[in-house]
Amino acid sequence: MQKRTEALVVVGASLAGIRAAEAARAGGFTGSITLIGDEIHPPYDRPSLSKKFLEPAVDADAIHLTTTEELEAKQIQLALGERATYLDTAAGVVGTEAGEHHYSAAIIATGSAASTLPWGNDLDGVHTLRTLEDARVVRKALDSGARTVIVGGGFVGAEVATAARKRGLPVTIVEAATVPLVRAVGNEMGSALARLHERNGAELLCGIGVAGLRGNGRVHTVELADGREIQADLVVVGIGTRPATGWLEGSGLVLDDGVVCDAGLRSSVDGVFAAGDVARWTNTLFDQPMRIEHFTAAAEQGRWVGRQVAGHMPNEPFVAVPYFWSDWYGDRIQFVGVVTDDHEVVEGDLDSQHFVTLFRRNGHVVGALTLNGQRQIMKYRRFIADRSAFEVAVAYAASKRLAIATREA
Amino acid sequence: MKFAVDWDKCSGIGICEALAPDLFEVNVDGKLELLQGTELPDDRIAEIESAISGCPTSALSKRI
Repeated sequence: MQKRTEALVVVGASLAGIRAAEAARAGGFTGSITLIGDEIHPPYDRPSLSKKFLEPAVDADAIHLTTTEELEAKQIQLALGERATYLDTAAGVVGTEAGEHHYSAAIIATGSAASTLPWGNDLDGVHTLRTLEDARVVRKALDSGARTVIVGGGFVGAEVATAARKRGLPVTIVEAATVPLVRAVGNEMGSALARLHERNGAELLCGIGVAGLRGNGRVHTVELADGREIQADLVVVGIGTRPATGWLEGSGLVLDDGVVCDAGLRSSVDGVFAAGDVARWTNTLFDQPMRIEHFTAAAEQGRWVGRQVAGHMPNEPFVAVPYFWSDWYGDRIQFVGVVTDDHEVVEGDLDSQHFVTLFRRNGHVVGALTLNGQRQIMKYRRFIADRSAFEVAVAYAASKRLAIATREA
Repeated sequence: MKFAVDWDKCSGIGICEALAPDLFEVNVDGKLELLQGTELPDDRIAEIESAISGCPTSALSKRI
């Protein structure tokens, strides 16, 4: 492998970006490494913002992904508070608000941005939950006993509802679709998970949209599309995200709901890679392009492209079993793989505290969803990674049931 | 090589198990079990380092 003594520029200083920079250095890259981020904070763990960070009195340092000392030791330069504004692939330049960075290799890790409602953004108490600043304000409002309305029945919203209920505070989730989480886990599973809200004292309104937000400096009312009004001191908007590719328009990179990459996370332009929320790549394990907004994808993809830049595995595909987890009111939801319409509950049942549902495509197990199935989830991930026949995974579930039954006999 | 687990940080997310199922397993209580202890031969270094850097709660660390 040739070791390149040139310049790596990583655009995006969150999980994917820092892991890429670290992996390039650890992989033997001897050139300069610059990590550019538009936030003023050094890389921090974003998923924590709707989890641990919403608990009372957690400090921001607890969620940092690296330290100044580590960055110095690895000779990774940080350019923070610097928004990237263009990519000139002919000249090999990343342009930012502050200047230009020349590169021999570039990694795009600019992530995704939270979608907002078309109104209400001028009112205090209305927030998406994406940045450390957002999380601080949300936490402070919860500490003050806010009555919260969450717009959007997705995972971030559910985690904020969990934080509210943990404090014994009232919370209403407003979801426009008739069932939440349909894209993530499908209709039937979305319904099953939705029941957790009511079971834990959170109100869930489905099939209804938000028509407006009213307030006097600070928000006080959420208007629903059917005319109902809900009082709110805090409105958290969790209606989705969009990949941050606006700055790449006209760069020559193929963009389509993210930076389009081949199976190895290489963009359409030589020497430019993508990793994390922004990367849409072909996952050969599932023979489909995908863009994943999970912690594990950002970390693993970042590491992969960093090693690529250092000259490792130039022609191998980046293959992954997508994985996410979410803790709702003390229950843990976990999902590996991909969702299909063809699924079967193989352990527990949908109304209980525990279940395992497997998803099938072309006779193979391709996905698994568990509720309080920490013991099982990685076993099913293995079946998926091995492209096991669906029956093999079902037989495994049956053998577990038998083992438990026998023990209890 | 040796590694340590911060049990306050570990919540059984299981990425370590995904990387090295013969070394790490999340048990029925959702807790991590160390199947071969915390001192391992050098041929396992790469996997342990992946587990350390892959842990979302930074519960794993190298030990001198």
